[in-house]
Amino acid sequence: MVRKQFDLSRFSKKYMMELILVFITLVLIFTAPGFFTLNNILNIFRNVALAGVISFGMTMTIIGGEIDLSVGSSIALSAVLTATITGALSKAGIMPMESAVLVAMVCALVIGICIGLVNGFIRTRYGIPTFIITLAMLNVIYGSAALISKGFPVTTLPDWYNWIGAGQLFGVFPVPALWLLIVFAITYVIMNLTRFGREVYAVGGNPEAARLSGIHVSFVKITIMVVVQILAAFSGIILSAQVMSGSSTFGRGYEMDVISAVIIGGTSLNGGIGKVWGTMIGIIFLGVINNGMTLFGVGDFQKYIARGLLILFAVLLNTIQLQSLHQAKVAKCD
Amino acid sequence: MSVLNVRNITKVFPGTRALDGVSLSFESGKVNALIGKNGSGKSTLVKIINGAYMPDGGTLDIDGVPMAFENPSDAIAQGIATIYQEMSLIPGLTVAENILIGRYEYRGFLVDWKRTYAKAQALLDEMGIDLPLREPVVNLSVWQCQVVEIVKAMSFRPKVLLLDEPTSALARHEIEILFKLIRELKKKDVIIIYITHRLHELWEIADTSTVLRDGVATGSVVMSKAQPKDILNLMFGDVQARLRPADLSISDETVLEVSEFTREPWFHDISFTLKKGEILGIAGMLGSGRTELLRAIFGADQSESGSILLDGARISHPSPWDMRRRGLAFTPEDRKSQGLVQILSIKDNLCHACLDKVSPKGFVDRKLEIQYAAKQIASLQIKTSGMDLPMTSLSGGNQQKVVIGKWLNAEPKVIILDEPTRGIDVNAKQQIFQIIWDQSRRGISSIVVSSELEELLEVCHRILIMRLGCFIGEVRPENVTIEQLYSLCMGGE
Repeated sequence: MVRKQFDLSRFSKKYMMELILVFITLVLIFTAPGFFTLNNILNIFRNVALAGVISFGMTMTIIGGEIDLSVGSSIALSAVLTATITGALSKAGIMPMESAVLVAMVCALVIGICIGLVNGFIRTRYGIPTFIITLAMLNVIYGSAALISKGFPVTTLPDWYNWIGAGQLFGVFPVPALWLLIVFAITYVIMNLTRFGREVYAVGGNPEAARLSGIHVSFVKITIMVVVQILAAFSGIILSAQVMSGSSTFGRGYEMDVISAVIIGGTSLNGGIGKVWGTMIGIIFLGVINNGMTLFGVGDFQKYIARGLLILFAVLLNTIQLQSLHQAKVAKCD
Repeated sequence: MSVLNVRNITKVFPGTRALDGVSLSFESGKVNALIGKNGSGKSTLVKIINGAYMPDGGTLDIDGVPMAFENPSDAIAQGIATIYQEMSLIPGLTVAENILIGRYEYRGFLVDWKRTYAKAQALLDEMGIDLPLREPVVNLSVWQCQVVEIVKAMSFRPKVLLLDEPTSALARHEIEILFKLIRELKKKDVIIIYITHRLHELWEIADTSTVLRDGVATGSVVMSKAQPKDILNLMFGDVQARLRPADLSISDETVLEVSEFTREPWFHDISFTLKKGEILGIAGMLGSGRTELLRAIFGADQSESGSILLDGARISHPSPWDMRRRGLAFTPEDRKSQGLVQILSIKDNLCHACLDKVSPKGFVDRKLEIQYAAKQIASLQIKTSGMDLPMTSLSGGNQQKVVIGKWLNAEPKVIILDEPTRGIDVNAKQQIFQIIWDQSRRGISSIVVSSELEELLEVCHRILIMRLGCFIGEVRPENVTIEQLYSLCMGGE
C-alpha cells in the first residue's frame, strides 16, 4: 500500500460544505458589524437550537428512508400540553406548580412517543408513505393543540422552568445550545457506533435487502418515527420555557427549517446516505446566514429567497459531489 | 417471403466468447425457435439482432440487404420489433393509448380520441383479436398485456418479430391463447423468432428450432421430424458428468424438516427433510414454485399452512428476522435488489446478517467489523481493492460472494441458495461450488436451486424434482443423466 498523500482536490470535495461555511463566516467577521462577538455567536446557537434539536432526529428518519412533516405541529402540541397540564394540576391543588411542570413535561414526551408510534405503525402495517401520514397528522396535531389551549396562549408556569429555554450556563452559555450539543452527541453515537445505527443505514439503503438479511425493518422504522417525535416534543418544551407559555401557533413551518438543515448537511432524501455531522453543519449554516442577513438589515422576504437558494445550491453540490466521489471510487477499482 | 441472415456473428465479453461465428437464417411465415440453456448465447444473439449490442464480427442482412444498427431505436426504425419478458407498457394508460403511444390522431392541438380508438380497433380486427381498448392496462392479466405488446409491435409493420420467452409468466390456458395469436401472425410476411427454454413448447408452436450451445449454433431441426432426444443432444452434447468431491459425507442428524408446507397457488403440501452437512438440490423449471418455496421457508413470504422443524424447534410462522437467529440463511435470486444494499460499502454489507455479533452490547466494535469482513474477503477470495468501496464497484460474481459471505458471518446451520450462479462467469461458479462443499465439510447443510440442472448434478447429494408446485420425485446425481433430469422437470415422456 502506498502511503496516503494529502489530496487537495479530494479533501475540498469531501469537505466542500464545511469550507464554504468557514469562508462565509470569515467574510462576515470582516464585514458584518457586531458579528464576531461572543454574544452574537452564542445567539446564533440559541436561535438554531429549537429546529436543530429536531434536525438530528430527522436525520435518522431520512437516512432510514422516511420523513416526518408533522414536527412543527408537535412543537405546538407539546408546548400547549406542558403549560395546560401544569396549570390544571396546580389549580386543582393536586401538587404545587414546581413539581406539576415535571409531570407535564413527561406527559408531553409520552404523547410525542405515541404520535411516533402511530405514524410508524401505519407506515409499517399498511405501507402508506410517511410523507402522507405525517402531512395528515400535521393537521390533526395542530387542531388538537388549538382545542386544548382553546386558541389562547396558556401561561401558568413556574419561574425555574424558564431556565430550560432561556437560562445561561456560567452566566454566558445559552442552555438551548447545550441541549443542541447533547442531542448532537447522542444521535452521533447512535448513528455511528451502535447496531441500531447500522440497521437504519441498511433499512434506508434497501429495505428489502435489509429484511432478507434478518434485520427487523418494522422495528427500525417505527423507532425512527418515534425518535423524531420525542425530539419535537422536547423542542416544544424548550420553546414553552423560553416564552413561558404554550400556544397552538408555535412551530409553524419549523418542519421546513428542520428538513432544510438535514438536506444542506448532505443527507439524501432517498435514504441510506447521510451524516449526523453534516446536519450540524447544515444547522450552523442556516443560523450564520440568517444572522448575517439580520446584521445587514436584510428584510424577511429576502431572507426567504436566500434560504431557498441555499437549499438548492447545497443539494446541487451534494449531487455533483456524490457522483464524482462514486466515479473516483469505481475508477480506482478497474 | 423474406429471410433474415445472420452471418458469422461473433461477440466477445471480458472472459467469454458469448457468440463464436454463428451463421443462421430465419424465414418469414414460420415460427423459428431459438433454444439453449442459460449462457448458451441466445439472449446475446437476440440483443445483436435488435441492436442492443454491436457484434464484434459478422453481418446481418434481410434478403441480401445488409442491416447495421447503432442502437435499439435504429433497429426498430429498420423493422426489428422485440417483445421482452418484462412489461414495457404504461399501467395507467388504456390499451389503445398504449398501442398507439406517440402516434395518436390529432385535430389541431387536441387528440382526436374518436379516430385514435378507431385506428386501434382496426389493428385489432386485422389480427383477429378481441381486447377491451378502453381498459387501463393495469386491470389486464399478464397474457392480455403480452398480447397488447404484440399488437403494438405489429402496428409498426416490422420485418422481424423477436419474442423473448413470452410464456414464462403465463398459465397453461393463457399460453394456448398466445400460441393461437402467434400462429395467426404466421400469415403475415414477418420473420418470427421465438426464444424459449421450454422444450415441450417447441412441438406446439415452432416450425424449426435452432439450438445454441456455448456460443455456437449446434444445429437446426425441423420440428415435424424431430424427437426430444435430438434436441437434448444438441443442447448438451457429450457432457462430462461431473460429481461432487468424494469426501463429502452426510450425518444422520436431521437439521431441517419441512412438512405439508403450502402457499397457494405456488406450492402445496411440500414435505422433505435435510440432514446435517447435506447438499439438497431442488430442480424445476421457471414457474415451478421453487423460488416461492425457498422464500416461504425463510419467512420472506407468508405461508398458509404446514410447519418447519429447524434444529428441533417447531416454527409455524417464520419471519426472516426470526429465522436468521435460529440459524437459517437465504441468498435471494435477485442479489442486486434483494441481496445487497448497493449504496453501502462492502464491509457494511458483509456485516448485515451478523450485526449482533459485531455489536455485542448494542455498540459496534469497529475492529470486529473489519475482522468479520476481512475474514470473508480472504476465504471467499472476493476481488476488491478495499472493503470501504461501494458494492457497485464489484463484478457480479464477487457481489454474489459478498451475499454468501454475509451469511457465513452469521454462522448458520442451513444455507438456502436461490440461483447462486446466475449471471456469473465459469470461474466464479466453480468457486461458489467450492464454498458450498466447504460448508458441507463443516457440517452446514445447503438447499440449492438452479435453472442449470447440470450444476445441481455436480453440486448436490440429492435432488428433489418440483413441478407445478409439487415435489414429484427424488433422484441422486450418480444415478441420472442430464437428459433424464431435464425431461423429469419438464414432465415430458
